[in-house]
Amino acid sequence: MEILVCVKKVPDPAENEIVVSRDGSDIERDDLVYSVNEWDNYAVEEAIQLVEEHGGSVTVVSVGDEESDEIIRRELAMGADAGNLLDDEAFHYSDGRGVAAILAHAARRGSYDLILTGAQAEDAAAQVGGMLAAMLDVPYASLVVRVRVMDGKKLKIAREIDGGNLEINEIDLPCALSIQTGINEPRYVGIRGIRKTASVQVPVLGAAQLGVDPATVGEAGAKVRKLDYFVPEMGEGAEILQGSREEMADQLIARLKGRGVIQ
Amino acid sequence: MVHQVFIYVAHRDGQAADSALELLSAARILSPDGPVTAIVTGWGEVLDRVCQEMASRCPEVWKLAHQDLAYPNAEAVRKCLVEVLPSEAVLLLAHDTLGMDLGPGLSVKLNSSFVSDVVAMTAPRDGALTLVREEYGGQVSTHVSCDISGGAVLSIRSGAFPALEDGAPGEVQDRSSEIGDLACGRRFLEIVEAEAGDVDITKEEILVSAGRGIEDEDNIEIAEELAKALGGVVSCSRPIVDAKWLEKARQVGTSGKTVKPKIYLALGISGSFQHLGGLKGNPFIVAVNKNSKAPIFQVADVGVVDDLLEFVPLLTERINSQR
Ligand SMILES: Cc1cc2nc3c(=O)[nH]c(=O)nc-3n(C[C@@H](O)[C@H](O)[C@H](O)COP(=O)(O)OP(=O)(O)OC[C@H]3O[C@@H](n4cnc5c(N)ncnc54)[C@H](O)[C@@H]3O)c2cc1C
Ligand SMILES: Cc1cc2nc3c(=O)[nH]c(=O)nc-3n(C[C@H](O)[C@H](O)[C@H](O)COP(=O)(O)OP(=O)(O)OC[C@H]3O[C@@H](n4cnc5c(N)ncnc54)[C@H](O)[C@@H]3O)c2cc1C
Repeated sequence: MEILVCVKKVPDPAENEIVVSRDGSDIERDDLVYSVNEWDNYAVEEAIQLVEEHGGSVTVVSVGDEESDEIIRRELAMGADAGNLLDDEAFHYSDGRGVAAILAHAARRGSYDLILTGAQAEDAAAQVGGMLAAMLDVPYASLVVRVRVMDGKKLKIAREIDGGNLEINEIDLPCALSIQTGINEPRYVGIRGIRKTASVQVPVLGAAQLGVDPATVGEAGAKVRKLDYFVPEMGEGAEILQGSREEMADQLIARLKGRGVIQ
Repeated sequence: MVHQVFIYVAHRDGQAADSALELLSAARILSPDGPVTAIVTGWGEVLDRVCQEMASRCPEVWKLAHQDLAYPNAEAVRKCLVEVLPSEAVLLLAHDTLGMDLGPGLSVKLNSSFVSDVVAMTAPRDGALTLVREEYGGQVSTHVSCDISGGAVLSIRSGAFPALEDGAPGEVQDRSSEIGDLACGRRFLEIVEAEAGDVDITKEEILVSAGRGIEDEDNIEIAEELAKALGGVVSCSRPIVDAKWLEKARQVGTSGKTVKPKIYLALGISGSFQHLGGLKGNPFIVAVNKNSKAPIFQVADVGVVDDLLEFVPLLTERINSQR
């Protein structure tokens, strides 16, 4: 099975507090620690497991800047067979539709049986997978938590819906799936693995190689534009306890006693 | 240019989802005087019931009946909508597991703009709409401008808009004859209900909930000790279940359990809308988080900004020593 996995470089939510930049045009990016979008690691792991069982190969692609090659190398260290960075001046400030269009061109260069994306990235737009599938005219399912290969021509998949219930579907290959967290346990990538791929040159493909019309992507093609970033005015919010750790604990105990939790 | 505004009505067991009336009030922002059309897809008697329900609140309801739509397979629903929607339509749908499945691909096939998980918007001006979305789990928000001159598909966050209470009644139009071939490469087979766990967190009054901030499987014990001291049980956010540190039946949220405790202690939980979506009944919320800007503090009653691994054991010890 030939599998393409789309991966995005994002600020690691565990490592960063996200702050709006002074002029509100972006978030403060200077000290951000980046990593692979959480959902995408599950997608790469799923692809590797499918190939381990059924043969084939895993290719990862990312639309990003010149520093995104590090996340491609990380996924190579995880066990992907090949990776491409899709980068071009013309791609910058693409909206979700633009990103999907660039990925669609990359997908058409190969003949993939299965295309995987994460369910969502940190923008939480959850848009690229479904758009990509529609552009490629292949069947699509989102929020997938289980994949079984039925025969060479179709998969049995489970989508996780409300309440954690599973919606079981049959889907014809080739198809595109967006992967939900928890589908597997992504393998650990150690220092040794990272070192092994540290010197790999990740091929970079631009608009010309991909056959992307620059007018349809990037800022030029965007129908959706981010105007600014802000922190919304909220209601009162929580009463934040003050003082030493012991004092905060005692104040909290008093509040809980007031609620009858502690006698 | 006046766009025709539509809402897509999700429904189950012959009843429209709560989101339907919220979509109607969002639609009114887009089209303060113009008509709004509710689209209901499905099959059989349940479909008729939902259409009637919507017609009591909405001036125009399009009924789209087809056997292949009996279960809302997003691929089939998409095909159907592409055939019946006029060009330049603006369609609102809920940002739920069906909306996430349907919206992005639909916008591509309609060749219209797409914005997801909208929490606020203002009336369109000069063919563009300004909307508000959240990013990074609600840590920051963005204003987004969306060109709707060629139509748009917008998915709306649950609870962000009030339910429309005063919608004028209207009529059901059966448009089923416009539906073409719905055969598609994905076929719905069945629903498998989530497994029950050893405790039922939906019935508990005191929940001590662990999030990713608990950092390690061994630290779950910290939450368990506090729960024991308070006479409650441990629940959790999704990453804890993904990591297999606790079973699925302990997960609070839209893809987990809906709980209605009296007291909810959120330990190292950031407060994403999918997590909070499972918290009902207006409990007294205590949040312990080392990030003072974590969105959970906006909904909590009492907040402690501290490392939970230090604070919670101390709290437990002091509760136990007061007995
Ligand atoms: C400086 C800057 C400016 C921006 N300006 C705009 C703007 O003007 N308008 C606008 O709409 N957006 C803008 N964006 C955000 C935009 O480029 C998003 O990356 C895009 O919308 C797709 O990401 P998402 O978070 O929406 O992906 P989602 O749809 O939430 O992600 C789902 C999955 O799609 C795949 N995927 C997503 N992005 C990529 C990628 N880049 N490469 C490979 N796979 C991917 C991954 O598998 C991911 O798990 C800007 C971003 C930056 C950093
Ligand atoms: C379709 C869909 C359905 C979903 N359903 C659910 C659901 O049902 N339930 C659910 O929970 N999520 C759900 N999610 C995931 C959701 O989007 C969030 O990713 C998730 O809720 C985040 O969990 P968290 O708050 O534990 O982790 P994070 O967002 O990573 O937050 C961890 C928090 O811990 C704090 N922290 C870190 N270390 C410490 C420390 N030592 N002491 C104190 N604080 C610390 C951090 O400041 C941070 O605020 C769903 C997502 C999707 C796409």
